Amino acid sequence: MTPRTERLRRASLDAAPALTCERARLVTEFYQAHEGRFSVPVMRAQCFLHLCQHKTLHLGDGELIVGERGPRPKAVPTFPELTCHSLDDLRILDSRPKTHYAVDEECLRVYAERVIPYWRGRTMRDRLFAELPPDWREAYEAGMFTEFMEQRAPGHTVLDDKIYGKGMLDFKRDIAAAIEALDFTNDPKAYARREALKSFDIACDAVILFAERHARLARDQAAREVRPERKAELLKIAGVCERVPRHAPRDFHEALQYYWWCHLAVITELNGWDAFNPGHLDQHLLPFYRKGLADGTLTPEQARELLECFFIKFNNHPAPPKVGVTAAESGTYTDFANINLGGLLRDGRDGSNELSHMLLDIVEEMHLLQPSTNLQLSRKTPDALLKHTLRVLRKGYGFPSIFNADAAVQEQLRQGKTPEDARAGGCSGCVEVGAFGKEAYILTGYFNLVKVLEITLHNGVDPRTGRKIGVETGDPDGFESFEELFEAFRRQLRHFVGIKLRGNQLIEQMYAAHMPAPFLSVLIDDCIATGRDYNDGGPRYNNTFIQMVGLGSLTDSFSALRETVFDTGALTVSALVEVLGKDFEGHEPLRQRLVHKTPRYGNDDDRADGLMRRVFQACFEEVDGRPNSKGGRYCVEMLPTTCHVYFGSVTGAMPDGRRAGLPLSEGISPVQGADRHGPTAVFKSAAKMDHIKTGGTLLNMKLAPSLVATVDGIDKWAHLVRGYFKMDGHHVQFNVVTADTLRAAQAHPEQHRDLIVRVAGYSDYFCDLSRELQEEIIARTEHEGF
Amino acid sequence: MERGLVFNIQKFSVHDGPGIRTTVFLKGCPLRCAWCHNPEGRSPEREILFNEDRCLGCGQCREACPHAAQVPGRGPLPVRHDFCQLCGACVAACPTEARQMAGRERTVAEVMAEVVQDRVFYEDSGGGVTFSGGEPLMQPGFLKALLEASVAEGLHTAVDTCGYAGREDLLAVAPWTGLFLFDVKLMDSERHRRYTGVPNATILDNLRALDRVHDRVWVRVPLIPGLNDQPGDLEAIARFAASLRAVRQVNLLPYHKSGLQKSRRLGQSTPLEGLAPPSPEQVAAAVDVFRAFGHATFVGG
Repeated sequence: MTPRTERLRRASLDAAPALTCERARLVTEFYQAHEGRFSVPVMRAQCFLHLCQHKTLHLGDGELIVGERGPRPKAVPTFPELTCHSLDDLRILDSRPKTHYAVDEECLRVYAERVIPYWRGRTMRDRLFAELPPDWREAYEAGMFTEFMEQRAPGHTVLDDKIYGKGMLDFKRDIAAAIEALDFTNDPKAYARREALKSFDIACDAVILFAERHARLARDQAAREVRPERKAELLKIAGVCERVPRHAPRDFHEALQYYWWCHLAVITELNGWDAFNPGHLDQHLLPFYRKGLADGTLTPEQARELLECFFIKFNNHPAPPKVGVTAAESGTYTDFANINLGGLLRDGRDGSNELSHMLLDIVEEMHLLQPSTNLQLSRKTPDALLKHTLRVLRKGYGFPSIFNADAAVQEQLRQGKTPEDARAGGCSGCVEVGAFGKEAYILTGYFNLVKVLEITLHNGVDPRTGRKIGVETGDPDGFESFEELFEAFRRQLRHFVGIKLRGNQLIEQMYAAHMPAPFLSVLIDDCIATGRDYNDGGPRYNNTFIQMVGLGSLTDSFSALRETVFDTGALTVSALVEVLGKDFEGHEPLRQRLVHKTPRYGNDDDRADGLMRRVFQACFEEVDGRPNSKGGRYCVEMLPTTCHVYFGSVTGAMPDGRRAGLPLSEGISPVQGADRHGPTAVFKSAAKMDHIKTGGTLLNMKLAPSLVATVDGIDKWAHLVRGYFKMDGHHVQFNVVTADTLRAAQAHPEQHRDLIVRVAGYSDYFCDLSRELQEEIIARTEHEGF
Repeated sequence: MERGLVFNIQKFSVHDGPGIRTTVFLKGCPLRCAWCHNPEGRSPEREILFNEDRCLGCGQCREACPHAAQVPGRGPLPVRHDFCQLCGACVAACPTEARQMAGRERTVAEVMAEVVQDRVFYEDSGGGVTFSGGEPLMQPGFLKALLEASVAEGLHTAVDTCGYAGREDLLAVAPWTGLFLFDVKLMDSERHRRYTGVPNATILDNLRALDRVHDRVWVRVPLIPGLNDQPGDLEAIARFAASLRAVRQVNLLPYHKSGLQKSRRLGQSTPLEGLAPPSPEQVAAAVDVFRAFGHATFVGG
């Protein structure tokens, strides 16, 4: 780092997250003044323009890349049109110990007097909950599934390289041409398309204007600046802001600043999930980097400093605070921007380059919470980049995560994408695969697989509440065979997936109708060409995911049931259910036997892994290929984020020996501690799932530092990863820490504030995690070498 | 089909030869090294291991034992008792795996079925299978059959031996062995006998004989403070190893205490209870001794 970036980094780390009511105030005043005057898309675009015109600007001392969503770093706006926080919500945010956001008196007053009175009953959240049917609400409240769009908008997308060759004026020309080409005689949707295209055009103007306001601010600061060096920098910044996003960038600095405008615009317009993401940043910046070096206008040191300034910008932007169940299952400051390194070029060649290494160096040196980074590892990726990544991972920051770029291409080909679009895609958010710049790939909610079995064992009743929310699949003591039990599970699964899908269809269509995203639509093909919004099927591809949680816990529970009830006849189902109802009280030997003497997933044991495949196949058959309302299809994803903790808390004791309320297994990782044969066995078990048929899978693995301390250790580690990916594994993330370190951090959080661990698809500060999550991370098996 | 007694199959074994390997531990050893870190591998018979920390005290082991009436006391069975026929009923009954059986009779096919599971990791890393113990040459027919089967599977093979074996047996497995990990503990035969139970002439002669027919040997030297690191001890080993053409590298294995816990679980005595592992300085000095003789020297496997 340079002295400048050290200072900016420190300032970013020290800034405390706070809520700003400015956006809520501006949006409310705009809606109050203009409600009913425009079509919905134009209303949204005009509102966005209003924000770009009036929001408070920030240009910090020493900054080279400029622009903040809030009035200052880590000041987080709210989105009352999506979810309107109550005064209680705000007070909780201000007072809770974890992921705290300071809320001042002014904010409370503005909410009480203006924001809440206007938005109550008008927010997307209020409208969705009013429309969703009772069976959906019952299942949701029981913890069968969560719903992403109840308080944040669909987002989950990533930018490709298109902005680096096109300015906003070029996009405006494309929009004008698309309006010109509308056929009002034969296309009954022409009017709707025109309104959408008009909204896109206004959004382009808004971003140009936003940048120009910064240019003026930079010139004002320069006029008053007495330090000649800073004065020159401010004038340079002003020049950059006048150039981009109006025109295509010409150099490295302009390219980074241009992306940053797009990023800010996307996360200001709406609060889409996973913020936004530059995707293959190393590939996109390479032409600017090489040109700058060749013509002498850029040095590697300057490029690195600009990148460091760029990284700090991400860290300045914590995720907007969530409420309710969503806050419980995803309580983090991380907003999931996940930069891809390496990977493939559109034409199939290796996409890694010298900037991939520079970015890794920056990740290692700065180790910021945001942005996340991942290695897209292809067969074609040199070992040099893999081993560099492992050396960074060895520091124990929990990132970068590692994805199988070849599998990601195959997964997308199966979904019907072209090879070029698939290769230019990658992974974002936690582990999901998408075609960058061309796809809305929407996560809709986590799904509690283990709860489905619990309800099956109670003939459709949720034992926690006594309410019948499932279908009657029969008294479990009546099952003559394991097959009958499994078939009953399948029927319950179909029932709840059906409820979830019906809810999704409604929510999707409500977003299409009421909450378009004009600026995001400018960036994602083919919204302009088709005149359809991002939230209305405008993108070229529209895959929707349901994320299945608890694979390991469910597999082991089935294994225990098969062994204990059907193979050995040691217990009847009802006798076992009775013990589960008592949470194993007085039955510890039985619980131990279930834990230790049952074949369990994660040990390369086909007896358990075969059950895992059946469970996966059941999920796949219920979900995959179902149509969504935007012309796309459903896919399964095997991702928990932190939802396995929430789902565990609403699920009773299970036959795998898990006690009531404890976390479920996460992703496709084995149940914590169930894997007893080391990392190769875990990889072998996990690879028995057909990853190519998913939209992403998550596998966590904790390694002890001793295992990877030497050059030889790194070599073997690299082979371990390559071996998993040879078997089409989608993703793996490593935590290199000792349990002792984590215990020490629990005992003395003040001394370990900077300890970042991989949670599940993202990294977080260990000390910010709940006690339960901390315990779970400690419990994950440490794979020691022997 | 050859059968033999195996007490562990260790996946992702990264310290027993090149690459990612699976190590198969054959039970039975002719030596009784004071520092043994695999005491459950010494006896050529099966044995019961008892991990007291895991015991719930539920007494299911006693309920399952056909000789329970004759075993004095109440509650959990002791590790060993005079009436035990090693039937394994107590092990099967134990819900927590506090009682485990060290050693299982297995066929070559059964062992190989587990060994090939990690093939994908061997092939990428230049790894393979290592046969260790105990002393694998205590079961020479079984070992040879395992090696032949491994070669037929296209796997790289290694044999980890203490060298105290029949010459014929050693030379018989050599053609099927890609790499020997050959222990040399002490050149002073009298002290060798005192600490390991046997003199070292057979071992050293075997290594010389192997050197004439094989070309890939890693010499492994345990570093036991005070026992085999007297002035001149390590030099003598280094000089001997330097006289052999097949020796490709030397691995120094610093003493560690993991064997103590296992000895306790077997109900055995632990002669080196108070001994501390060598300090990093002692290890570094030992490395220097071997490097001075031109050996590629590594600490650990």
